[in-house]
Amino acid sequence: MAEFQNFTMNFGPQHPAAHGVLRLVLEMDGEVIQAADPHIGLLHRATEKLAESKPFNQSIGYMDRLDYVSMMCNEHGYVLAIEKLLSITPTVRAQYIRVMFDEITRILNHLLWLGTHGLDIGAMTMFLYCFREREDLMDCYEAVSGTRMHATYYRPGGVYRDLPDTMPRYQPSKWHDEKDVARMNAAREGTMLDFIEDFTERFPVRVDEYETLLTDNRIWKQRTVNIGVVSPERAMALGFSGAMLRGSGIEWDLRKKQPYEVYADMDFDIPVGINGDCYARYLVRIEELRQSNRIIKQCVKWLRENPGPVILDDHKFAPPSRVEMKGNMESLIHHFKLFTEGYNVPEGEAYAAVEHPKGEFGIYLVSDGANKPYRLKIRAPGFAHLSSMHEMVEGHMLADVVAVIGTQDIVFGEIDR
Amino acid sequence: MAEDGIAMLESLYNSVESLLLEFLPELWVELILTAVQIVILVVVIIICVAFLTLLERKIIGYMQNRIGPNRVGPRGLLQPFADTIKLLLKEVIVPDRSNRFLFIIAPLLSLTPALATWAVIPLFPGFVIADVNAGLLYVLALTSLGVYGVILAGWASNSRYALLGAMRSAAQIVAYEIAMGFALVGVLMAGRSLNLGDIVTAQEGGVLSWFWLPLLPLFLVYFISGLAETNRAPFDVAEGESEIVAGFHVEYSGAAFAMFFLGEYANMILISALTAVMFLGGWESAFAGWTFLAGTPLEFLQAPSLAWLAVKIAFFLFCFLWCRATFPRYRYDQIMRLGWKVFIPVTIVWIAVEGVMVWLKVGPWSV
Repeated sequence: MAEFQNFTMNFGPQHPAAHGVLRLVLEMDGEVIQAADPHIGLLHRATEKLAESKPFNQSIGYMDRLDYVSMMCNEHGYVLAIEKLLSITPTVRAQYIRVMFDEITRILNHLLWLGTHGLDIGAMTMFLYCFREREDLMDCYEAVSGTRMHATYYRPGGVYRDLPDTMPRYQPSKWHDEKDVARMNAAREGTMLDFIEDFTERFPVRVDEYETLLTDNRIWKQRTVNIGVVSPERAMALGFSGAMLRGSGIEWDLRKKQPYEVYADMDFDIPVGINGDCYARYLVRIEELRQSNRIIKQCVKWLRENPGPVILDDHKFAPPSRVEMKGNMESLIHHFKLFTEGYNVPEGEAYAAVEHPKGEFGIYLVSDGANKPYRLKIRAPGFAHLSSMHEMVEGHMLADVVAVIGTQDIVFGEIDR
Repeated sequence: MAEDGIAMLESLYNSVESLLLEFLPELWVELILTAVQIVILVVVIIICVAFLTLLERKIIGYMQNRIGPNRVGPRGLLQPFADTIKLLLKEVIVPDRSNRFLFIIAPLLSLTPALATWAVIPLFPGFVIADVNAGLLYVLALTSLGVYGVILAGWASNSRYALLGAMRSAAQIVAYEIAMGFALVGVLMAGRSLNLGDIVTAQEGGVLSWFWLPLLPLFLVYFISGLAETNRAPFDVAEGESEIVAGFHVEYSGAAFAMFFLGEYANMILISALTAVMFLGGWESAFAGWTFLAGTPLEFLQAPSLAWLAVKIAFFLFCFLWCRATFPRYRYDQIMRLGWKVFIPVTIVWIAVEGVMVWLKVGPWSV
């Protein structure tokens, strides 16, 4: 009789739970995983190299496409690095807007994570509930930047433009009569800040609803408790950050430890897990949703009371207004120079990191004094998380691999870059 | 009203029978008439399956904050036909290294038992295609056969995902068959018969004299095991969308896939019907014996009829869909644990309790 052997299974890259293009080569003994070997690179787009051949500002859009579910946070890291090299500080209002949109982005990301994590474990209704809330936040993205996802909204020195006074509204159509439209537009009558405030009022109730479906659900707990346990020591040694690190019980959040922008003025807590398993990370992220909501509320309040410029008035980095350009030769030249060759950045190097929804997202920028980066290095949190795959799933079953992929909250845009 | 309909059907049946008897020998007449009944029943079931798929998409859609299919026909009512036509027009791809014979025969094996079991299910008073005395055994035998389709499909596909699905399914069925079997033993003890028609008549009376009350643990175990038997969420590990893609039928396409689909949904209806027959009194009315209803316009509600069975089946089908929209999926070993360590002990204990009660002639079993 032939001796039984482990068999190898290709999990992905085309697999419903591969979160894009993950290819896992699994060494299995029946249903039990003996080894997991992630293969990456299927979404490689050479972002770092592309950035070397473009003026600084033109790479902001590439940052959106790294982790395509937390767009503005990626921009934030890049813009912060440029600002560090240029030694400029954005206006205070711009800082508040950035913090607000960072947190909106965090909610966007965590909602997508919750939805897909739920879907992976079989709770498919979560996915659609989460997308309902995401839609409102996507509308905020669209209102400030014109696009729902790849915003390119943050610029060195501030943000592209101030928050709009109106929200786009639904129009009556074949499918929605006047009454439907009035209901859908109820929150959209005021300014964008009104809309966001209305969202922050609604959102905690929604989070409660999600929790009713999952938190105490026996099946959910059976599927997540004690799955993919990472000890605090290993979490640090593996280079974890964000919720993955906090889930293991280490209180580390760049927003508190190295406050950037106006996070120092914000009142919020850092949730920390105890067991370091999938369930702990789930609880941490759910609490982060509530904390982000708190931060957004504080930003809305401040932004309402303090109008002001949202980008520096230095036309070496920021384009002049259209009106100025029409009558002012110098503005026209500035505009032309800025959009053709960009600006030169003093020689030097800088590392800027933000607390991205997935962890520490860092940009290491080397400038040789030209108008393009000499080298751009992206520190993507997901890369470190994915590389712990083997350690997290060894000895677990096939279904747990899916839970672990979900809990790592990986997106291949940033891992493959 | 319902009785009038039944009487009409009966007289129609009798007149057709006597007409045929003039030309043909008795055996032939019986065969032909049974065949006609079978065809009618199968067609009805298949139409029910078609609309069950639409119902599922609509109900889960509304539960998930969306509207479900609404493009084909008025309010999406023709969607099942569009799906069927699409599936039938697609090519059935047989993988190169598969076992061709088993690959083709597996979908048939999973569909046939689901339809064949209907032979012994009493649909309304006095009607059952085969009035078998050992009906309950027949049900047990046939519902266990369905798994062969799944196992063969998984093995014949020669794909690792499919094989994993088949293995999971095999282990799961073994565990849940036992729990289901024990639950049926309880029903058999309470109904004092293996004939499903007799079991229904034994539950005569209002909602309180149905078996669900005295057999509550068995009722719950049976329905949940039914969920597991049909590979429906949260026990859908054999398909395991997000783990093993589509499990045992990952390599199937077109009409062959449609057969599995049909089998799964026919099984859902079957399990709902069986639960209704054995625990909720089948065609019996929920209001039977409520004397104050007699003489009021609502009196017709008291008559046993096919409609009552249909309502009960619909209720269980709704529960199937509700579970699917609500629960995350169990892991394979957790399903085993639930089956072996919870359901089987519960049923054994309840059968013992029931046995003692019957012996001592106490409670609802003293008859």
